[in-house]
Order: sequence, then C-alpha cells, then structure tokens
Amino acid sequence: MSVFTIEAGLALLGLALLLLEAFKPDISRRTLGLTAIAGTSLALVLFIFAPHDTASLPGFIQPWHQLDSLAIFYKGFALVITILVLWLTLECAPYLTRFTVDGKLAEMFSLPLIVCAGMMWMASARDLVTVFVSLELVTVSFYVLVAFARKSAFSLEAGVKYLILGALSTGVLVYGIAWIYGATGTMSFDGIAKALANPATSKTTALFGAAVLLCGLGFKVAAAPFHMWVPDVYQGAPTPVTAFLSVGSKAAGFVVLTRALDAFLVEGSIIGSEIQALLLVTGSLTVLLGSLPAMFQTSVKRLLAYSSISHAGYLLLALACRESARFDLSSGGVVALYLATYLPMTVLGFLGLGLMRANGLGEDIKDFTGLAKRNPLLALLMTLSFASLAGLPLTAGFLGKLFVFLGLADHGYWGALSCAIIAAAAGFYYYFKTILAMYTTEGTDVPALTFSVPAKAVAGALALAILILGVYPKPLQSVLTSDRPAVVAK
Amino acid sequence: MSVLELIIALPLLAALAVWLGAPARAASLGATFINLALVLYMAVQYWGKTGLAFTYSRPILENPSLSFAVGADGISIILALLTALVMLAAIWQIEDRPPIFYVSSLLIGGGAMGAFLTTDVFFIYAFHELALIPTFLMIALHGRAEPAQRKAVAWKATIYLGAGSLVLLAGLVWLVLEFSGGSKLTFDLEALRSQARLTPLPDAKQAQIFFVLLLGFGSLVSLFPFHSWAAPAYATAPTPVAMLHSGVLKKFGLYGLIRIALPLLPHGAHVEWVQNALLVMLLGNILVMGLVTIHASRLDDTLANSSVMHMGYIFLGIAAGTDIALKGAVILMFAHGISIALLFGLCGRMRNQLGTLEYNKLGGLANHAPSFTVLFAFGAFASIGLPGLTNFAGEVMIFLGNFTEFKAGVLTNLQWTVILALWGVVMSAVYMLRAYRSIFHGTPATGLFMIDPAFSQRLPFILLAATLLVTGCCPWLLLNLMKSAL
Repeated sequence: MSVFTIEAGLALLGLALLLLEAFKPDISRRTLGLTAIAGTSLALVLFIFAPHDTASLPGFIQPWHQLDSLAIFYKGFALVITILVLWLTLECAPYLTRFTVDGKLAEMFSLPLIVCAGMMWMASARDLVTVFVSLELVTVSFYVLVAFARKSAFSLEAGVKYLILGALSTGVLVYGIAWIYGATGTMSFDGIAKALANPATSKTTALFGAAVLLCGLGFKVAAAPFHMWVPDVYQGAPTPVTAFLSVGSKAAGFVVLTRALDAFLVEGSIIGSEIQALLLVTGSLTVLLGSLPAMFQTSVKRLLAYSSISHAGYLLLALACRESARFDLSSGGVVALYLATYLPMTVLGFLGLGLMRANGLGEDIKDFTGLAKRNPLLALLMTLSFASLAGLPLTAGFLGKLFVFLGLADHGYWGALSCAIIAAAAGFYYYFKTILAMYTTEGTDVPALTFSVPAKAVAGALALAILILGVYPKPLQSVLTSDRPAVVAK
Repeated sequence: MSVLELIIALPLLAALAVWLGAPARAASLGATFINLALVLYMAVQYWGKTGLAFTYSRPILENPSLSFAVGADGISIILALLTALVMLAAIWQIEDRPPIFYVSSLLIGGGAMGAFLTTDVFFIYAFHELALIPTFLMIALHGRAEPAQRKAVAWKATIYLGAGSLVLLAGLVWLVLEFSGGSKLTFDLEALRSQARLTPLPDAKQAQIFFVLLLGFGSLVSLFPFHSWAAPAYATAPTPVAMLHSGVLKKFGLYGLIRIALPLLPHGAHVEWVQNALLVMLLGNILVMGLVTIHASRLDDTLANSSVMHMGYIFLGIAAGTDIALKGAVILMFAHGISIALLFGLCGRMRNQLGTLEYNKLGGLANHAPSFTVLFAFGAFASIGLPGLTNFAGEVMIFLGNFTEFKAGVLTNLQWTVILALWGVVMSAVYMLRAYRSIFHGTPATGLFMIDPAFSQRLPFILLAATLLVTGCCPWLLLNLMKSAL
C-alpha cells in the first residue's frame, strides 16, 4: 500500500467520522475518539511498513510529491503527534465539554485526522501549489479547532485572532508565490532552485517574492515580528489544540520552510546572501522576543506560548546554517532533529497542564505550588519536561540546542550565537521558576491529585522518549541521513 | 559495560527509586555503601598503574562524533573516592528529613561521579549541570533562612553559576572547534588531547582560550572576584547539600582545569597576562577572603568563607603547573573536600541542637560533648594545615612545587605569590582556632546545652576524620594513584 493511499484513507476516515457524528447524534465521544485513535495508529503501522521511495507513489501524484528522508520523518512525526493529541482530547474531555455548545466534541476527533493528512502531504510537497493546498487544509481545520470551546470567551477571541491573521498570512503567502512564479516561471522547488542559480533571473523580483513568501511562512511558524498572535491564541485555545498548534503546526511550517530555503539558498543562488542575512536577523529577534517576555509571565500556558516562539527562533537559526563538512546533518536535518526532541517535551508539558485542568486547577504558576506533594510522579514528569525545554544536558532539549549552537559557531555567526545564548539563559530562569513552584511546600494543605493509568503510561512514555533522545539520538540521526550522500571532507 | 558506568548509574537509579516511593534511608545508604565499595575496588585495581583505565565507550552520534565514554585515571579515582566518601557521610547524617533530601544528595553525588568519570567533554559538562539543579532547588526550598531570603540566595547562586556555565560552554565549544580537525567535530577528550599534541595552537590563542575556560571553571569554584554567591549559598544550604557542594561538586571546576584546560593548552596558563591575572585573582581568594573570614561572627559564615578562601591554594598549584604542584593541588582538593564536609556536617548538627551559631552566644561545649569536640578539632586542624592531616601534604607540595626552579635573589611572580599566600595559613589558624575556642572552650553559655550524639550518629563523621588522618599520615596512598605526570 503506498504512502499516498494511507494519507488519503486518513482524510476519508476524518470525513466519515464527521458524517457519522452528524447522522448518528447519540454516538458516544469515547467511541468516536477511540475510533480516531485506532485509525491513526493503524495508519502509523501501515506507514512504517509501506515502501519508502518516491517510485512507490501512484504515478499521477509523482510530479508533485516526493518521499525523501525528510518527508518520511515528518510524516511519522505528524502521525505521532496526531495520536497524542487525540488521546489528550479524550483525557481532557470532561472539562472541555463544559465549554462546547452541545456538550459534544465530535469535530475535535475528526478534524485532527484531516490536519494530519494535510501535514503528511505538505511533508512531501515538491512545488508551491501542493504546499499551498495542504497548508490551507491544515490551517482551515485549525480555525475550527482553536475556537472549539465556544462558550469560553478566550477560545472565541483566540479563534477570531487566528482566523484574521491566518487569512492575512495566507494572502501574503499567495502573493509571494505569485512573485516567485513571475521571477522564475515555475512553481516547483527544483525549478526555482535552477532559475535562482541562473544569473539571468531578475534578482529584485526573485528577492521580493522570496521575502514576501518568507513573511507568509513566518506567520505560520511564529517568527518575529509576526509572532504577536501566538500568546493569545495559545492561551485561549483548548489545551490539546494548543499542543497540536505548538508541535504539529510548527513542524508543518518548518518542513515547508526547509524545502523553500533549500531552493532559495541553493549553491550559487543570486539571492542567497540576502536571504541568509534575513534568516539570521529574524532568528535572533525571534529567540529574544520569545524568551525575554516569557520571563514575566504568570500563566504557564502563556509562558509555554512564548517559549514556543523562542524555539521557533532556534529552528530559524538552524536553517540559517547551511551545509557544513563537519556535520552529518543538513540544516533541514538539524531542524527535524530539534522538532523530534521538541515533540515529547512540549506534549508532556501540555499533558501536565491538561491533567491539572481536569483536576480543577488553573494554569498559573501559583497553581503549580506544592505539586510535588500532591503528586510526586506528575511533578517529576513536569520537571523533566521543563528541564528539557530549558535545555538541561542529558535531556532531549539540550541536544537540539547544542546542534544549533555548534552550527552557529562553526559558521562564525557570533552575533546570532550571542542572542541564542542570552535566550537560553533567560529560558533557564523562567522554566526553573516554574519548577521551583512545584517543589515549594509552604502553606499548601492541598488534596492529592490523581490521574488515570493510561495518562501515567503516556506521560511515562514521553518522559522516557525525552531521556532516550537526550542520550541516544543515533537512530534518529540515521533516519535523517539515510539518503544523504556522505559529505566530503574539506 | 564498565564498572564506572555502574558507579555513575547507582546513585541516580537510587534517587529515582526513592522519589517513586522506595524506603528513602535504606535505599540511599545501601546504594552509597555499594558505591564506596566499588570505588575502593577500582582504586585497588588501579594501584600503581598509569594512564586511563576502565575505559568503555558507547557511540551516540557519528558526526559530530559523540559517545558516552567512561574512563578513569589517578585524578578521577581520587575525586571519585572523595565523592563516594562525602556522599555516604552526607546521606548518613540526615535525620528525620523528607525523602527529597536523600534524592537531592544522591543526584548531586551521582552527577559529580558522572562528571569525574566520563571522558567525553559533552558528558563531563552535562553531569555537572545535572548536579547543580538539585543544589539550587534545595537551597531555595529547604534553606536555613526565611523563604524570601533563601530564594534570593538560591537565585544569586543560580545566576553566577549559570553564567559561569555558559562561559564555560563557550570555552569548551571553542576547544572542540579548534581541536577537532577539519573533517569531524569530536567531543572525545582523548581525541582532542592527541590532536593538541600533534598540532598545538600558538601561545597567544592558547592564552585566550585558557582565560575563557578559567573564567568559566573559576566561577564554579568561586574564584575571586566571582565568589560572592558561594558564602551565602553554603551558609544557607541544608547540611547535606552544603557538604556535597562545597566538598565535592565545587572541585569540578578545578578538575576541569587540570583535566581539560592544562593538557589541551599547555602554555595557556603561562602566558604572562593570563598568569598575572590568575595570580591576582587567587591572591584575592586567599588574602581578601582570609580577612573576610576572620571578620565572620558565626560558625557557618566562617566555614563558608574559608571554603572560598582555600580554593586559592589549589589555583596556586594550577598556576605553577609543575608536576609536584599539580599533584599537591589534587591532594588538596581531596583533603579540602573531606575536611569541609566534616565541618559543615558538624555545623549542621550544632545548628539543629542549639539553634544558634553565633560565637558570642556559644561556649564550653567541650564539657558535655567531648567526642563531638574531637571530631570538630580534626576538621579545624586539617583546615589550618596541621602536619599529619591531609591538607598539610597538599599545601606543602603546592608551595614547594613553585620553587622547583629557584635562583637565589631572583623571585618570579609565582614565588612572590607563594610568599604572600603563606600569610593565608596564618589567617586560617586565626579564624579556625578562634572558632574552636569560642565554641568549645570557655564558660558554658546559659541555656545552650549539647551532648555527644550517639555512636551511630557519630560514625559518618568518624569516617571522614579517619580518612583525613590516614591519608594525612600516608599521603603516598594517594600519590601512588598518580604515578604518571599530570
């Protein structure tokens, strides 16, 4: 079975669940949720055993889709995060339903499947039209998901903000695509790379198009100065959706960025140095504008939103560091590795938040007070998640940062490196402020906090993933380098 | 699998088990006893050998090349021995405290073990960071001060040590970039060392990198003027944390200078501007902090400041760079670790029983607590540098190591520094003897009463005092582990 069939099947399953819920209103949310999870898990299993090369795709789709190591990685990534988000939705259902109109969650189980199919398609896109269509499939579904808790004013506000800014950025993106098409006469990444390497191509037109396109994508991945929507939207959206936005949507944005930049920064590109400078400046700004305001947040969910911005900054900086003979990983590979480490730690953090909400607690730092006493296991897991987000050595988070820092140092981008280090230092402050609160005991005569066995199992698995990726990333690296020719030493 | 991996993993696994509900005291003590036995076994196996032993490497990444590599030479083994002894004593002396005390002690000890016994720069750095986190948390959560104040102390230490770690990271990355060769980035210390032997850097560049590393490692060891976090942190920290951080973890910076900076940058420390800067800073440690210590009016302040001060001597050994001075520095690291842990442990007991550590409120404790007094005397006299206790051996070797090349009438900057530093010994005697006198002798203060702890409660301290006596009378026990030149 080809990978494309699996993706199409996933989207169809999403549609089927949507219809099922509409025509059989008495179906329980548990059945719906478990069906969605089972379907996605089946898709993951099938995906693992499906042939992993472009030739295995149906012929009609081959001009637009490819299956390289990056695509394989991001497809697996999309499936894993979707399963986790579906499960998290089920776990948080009791309190989420309080904010929905009819006390139901139907679309919360069907839309993520469609998002997942969109992300998987995006991962293999080899031209801008495919990128655009799949990106919209993802974004439009997210408009619904963000505003899903309609009885909550925050969720509505988040939905409206996300809709307006998302639509605007889509417009900007299309505008950029049009300019690029005008400059290069093609939509495919290979064609664009070829045209940009040709000195006869109009530099101004191409540069303008590329810059506008990057602005549009900058909105999607929350790069400064297009990051303003993130804190409000992340805070207002239901927690599972926030996790999905923070991990899935970001990964989707970055796979497109990786593909686009591979074309823009091709060897001998006429706009290479300008785009590179743009990336360094944007990346440095993003890490700082994410990390520094995060120091002053009192809501952990908002803090995670700012931290998500700063992580996007590190990823942009990773993209700015092109090929190095001293690295096996390409810049796209570093980004993928970073995102792989980012997934477990972020989902674990949001899982903890969701579990606390389910126990009737808020999302402020002060709600974390005494967590170690109320539930030592949850406190331990959250500590691990935050320590990893901060980049503590031996956790997954350190590894991603290390690669980014090494890349910057290797290329001699000292200014960007200083910004990254300042942001990392600020990160240590705000994550450890939260950790400290968990272990503070003064004046906490609070009831114990419980959570279900599956929740423990999932959280434990995520924690294990953080530790294993932190000390043994080799398998991941080999997936990402499987189809790269060996780099020749200088 | 190497025995070293077991030694590193055991405390960390025990910490996890205790946190998840295993009986805290039994599990922690069991793990640390086994750990001490393993370290002793390792020392016996290494006895008289040279070079790196017990090596084992698990590749993690190919390019950049990264592996979980363990290995130990004489310095590592001596410091592992220090860690095992202090960890055992620190955990043993905990009484009626929540499990987090055991967990954090095991994490600090395990992290220190990891830092001393791995041979990959990445993991050396990583394990040290791992050990720092529980230190901060424990000061902030269970420190001996009002919540606002102990949080302030913890943040101050965090900021200093965090900034120091970042500078250190920058220096290490610089080393890795310089010594990796063109084709591959590597973090393996042995590979970096052989590259440094093959293609040494020009002296000027060595000096620059060495200086960055000195600032990074130095902040972690409270090198003057980056020391002001240390005294309040030790005075505030819960007893086991103070014992473990001042006794063991602080030695990491010195270990890093000896294991990483000196072999890779052999001329770095001797370029004139670096050497002069180092000498000024270490004299700041010895003389300025010596005077500050004399001024202290509470036992915990005295101990905390003295611990900052004594780092100056070890830096002096590193500055000299001769074989005998470096070996003296290692011995003094061991000796200082044991003696300061002993003193902080006893100090913690006194605070629990008496509620105060002010000199002018204390007095005459020797009347009812003779054994306690003797134990304290061991720590205090070792700290002064009394012959027969280990510190003396270390200090003498450091002082003599600076005079291996001596021309009558012409003293080098190093030798002048030694002459000034000798006054520090006098200052140590002044404040330690004063502390000893005003606490244990004189008329007993009214309302303050203390009797000897039970024998089982004295055992951890007896262990440390006996170590000081044995290695003090027979310093060759340690020197035999360092047969090769450093």
